[in-house]
Amino acid sequence: MNKQVVVIGAGVAGLTVAGALAEQNIKVILIEKEAQTGGHVRNWDRLFPSRRHGSEVMDFLDSNLTKQVDIRRGVTVSSIVRTQNGFKVTLANDDEIDAACLILSTGFQLFNAAKKEEYGYGIYDNVITSAELESIFKSGKEIATKNGKNPERVAFIHCVGSRDEKVGNLYCSKVCCVTGVKQAIEIKEILPHCEVFSFYMDLRMYDRNFEELYYEAQQKWGVNFIRGRLSECAENPDHTLIIKTEDTLTGKPLKMTVDLVVLLVGFTPSAGTGEIVKMLGLKTGQDGFIASADEHFLDNNTDIPGVFVTGAVKGPACIVNTIADARATAQQAAKYLFTLKTG
Amino acid sequence: MNIEGKRNIWATYQKEIAGDRFFYVRSCVRQNFFPGSEKTFLRIMKEELKKEVFEHAAHTTCSGIGYHTDVVPFETAMTMVARQFALMTESGYENFTTSCITSFGLYAEILETWAHFPEVEERIRQHLIKATGRTFIKPANLSHASDVIFKFRKEIGAVSKFRLVNKYTGKPLQVVEHIGCHYSKMFPNKGVGGAEYPYVLIGMIEDWGGEVIDYPERRHCCGFGFRQYLVQANRGYSIACSKKKFESMAPYKPDFILTNCPGCPMFLDRWQYALSEMEGITYGENGLGIPVLTYEELAGMLLGYDPWDLGMQVHQVPVEPLLDKIGIPYDSQRKFLTIDGKSMGQPESPSFLKFYQHE
Repeated sequence: MNKQVVVIGAGVAGLTVAGALAEQNIKVILIEKEAQTGGHVRNWDRLFPSRRHGSEVMDFLDSNLTKQVDIRRGVTVSSIVRTQNGFKVTLANDDEIDAACLILSTGFQLFNAAKKEEYGYGIYDNVITSAELESIFKSGKEIATKNGKNPERVAFIHCVGSRDEKVGNLYCSKVCCVTGVKQAIEIKEILPHCEVFSFYMDLRMYDRNFEELYYEAQQKWGVNFIRGRLSECAENPDHTLIIKTEDTLTGKPLKMTVDLVVLLVGFTPSAGTGEIVKMLGLKTGQDGFIASADEHFLDNNTDIPGVFVTGAVKGPACIVNTIADARATAQQAAKYLFTLKTG
Repeated sequence: MNIEGKRNIWATYQKEIAGDRFFYVRSCVRQNFFPGSEKTFLRIMKEELKKEVFEHAAHTTCSGIGYHTDVVPFETAMTMVARQFALMTESGYENFTTSCITSFGLYAEILETWAHFPEVEERIRQHLIKATGRTFIKPANLSHASDVIFKFRKEIGAVSKFRLVNKYTGKPLQVVEHIGCHYSKMFPNKGVGGAEYPYVLIGMIEDWGGEVIDYPERRHCCGFGFRQYLVQANRGYSIACSKKKFESMAPYKPDFILTNCPGCPMFLDRWQYALSEMEGITYGENGLGIPVLTYEELAGMLLGYDPWDLGMQVHQVPVEPLLDKIGIPYDSQRKFLTIDGKSMGQPESPSFLKFYQHE
């Protein structure tokens, strides 16, 4: 019988699960809509908390791909039909693939910061996202305002598109807090005289070495953490930015002029995930991410036998957890294939 | 600033605005504050645009000011609004247009409440029948009068005699726009352009030749804010709000301020005088203030209506510098005369805020 597995999405989760299945001599077709694999990590310079380069993770994941993995780049899935032996997956280039099981690793997309209209993203030149700052770090370019001057004051805004009823996202995106801390330190490393302010609701330093990084940011680098959400951002005649917020620890409103505002954007379900959900009739949670069959015991399964989910397709996750989750998914999928074989 | 970013937001907040047969309800206060504005709206609609606008003699306050100052309970306000809808229904109209921003906000809030809680609507219908014997059909379209002028801005622009261009420099006039809080802050999708970057006045300014100033305190309260002024002890906060706005906009040298709310032009105009008396400061050029206009006054002014027929002589900040910049003629001798040519009296000269001397 056909033991071929189709993995949709070649980001961290997709590459990991494909590599882990290939190790078990299982044939994998890995489908990626972009011309390159790697997903968001490809654009990320360094990762929290160790500051390892994102490219190292990419190299590691690529090294696990054997000839058992057939990567189809730059193509999307146009339909999925259930068959007697599993699934028929049709690609946009009309290729048809028979699969015994499917693994969905279509990940996430970053929250569109322009939806927080009051923050001025897309309107004021010196309001950027954390992803754009990371691109600057990765390119090695100078950190500069639109006028070409090094910023003397930078404000990081946490929870942009996360835990925010106004935009319909009640969930926490998990990784933005520590990303903000990491990026604040990196700004201070490059521009030691720059004042860095970080506006937060809570700082959720949930994982190993996160809290230590937070302390380092304060004690070694002098990053100012202020508990309060941004209410609005406006532009001065010289293109500096006025931000209005509240320091909720002192109970006072606060108005400050800064040169650069960095919006720490959260996760949202990817558009590709939405398409696959429709094709298969999968359930999603209130947050729009795919619901697993059971949050404790069958977290990589869905309600459809032979359809597995892995990584950020189920909700926000960091790379460490995504890799662990993808390995677990590979085990579940291999077990499923074994069950098919033995009946 | 990236104007395309704003245009993307404006594109997401479009609303349907009726094209004709308007049931028009006036404001409680605007005829005192800016006496020519509502009359000018009717003149533009009927004479320039040939539209049908109906007013009902039995129309009353919507009770919005009382509601927002905790004097009138919501239940009472809803019943009064239901009566206005009954007058519209009895008159054979279905497009409801308000002069007042607070009214517009209250009507929108009530219609939204009824959409979510039909049992409340039913209860209010019973109240209305019990009190007046009336019933009603809800409006097919709810708009603010500034929405209507926005809708017809190109038609108005096409027949206007003047443009928002400085005749001395040939450059577009620089305009501050200020939107009433109750226009779209509660329901962004009920205002043209949404809540953060409302487009309703910007559309008029751009189409009529001016340029809009985006200054840091653009969103800040005008200084009315109901409680800040109506509670006498809070009036220091009211004037502080206005002062903050003036200081923020002054570096951009605005030629005038455009508003669409009853309270905003009142406070942005009158507090300039108060601030000049208190602190000796003025925010316009050469000791002058920054003129504050309603959108009806602006439209009428560009259409070539006599500024004194528009009621602009009751502004605290003289409008003549603006008229001169555009090249609009006016008769200084008629400024303080009534329609039948009698003197209406003349205000005393302020200590600092200059009266304009015609060149």
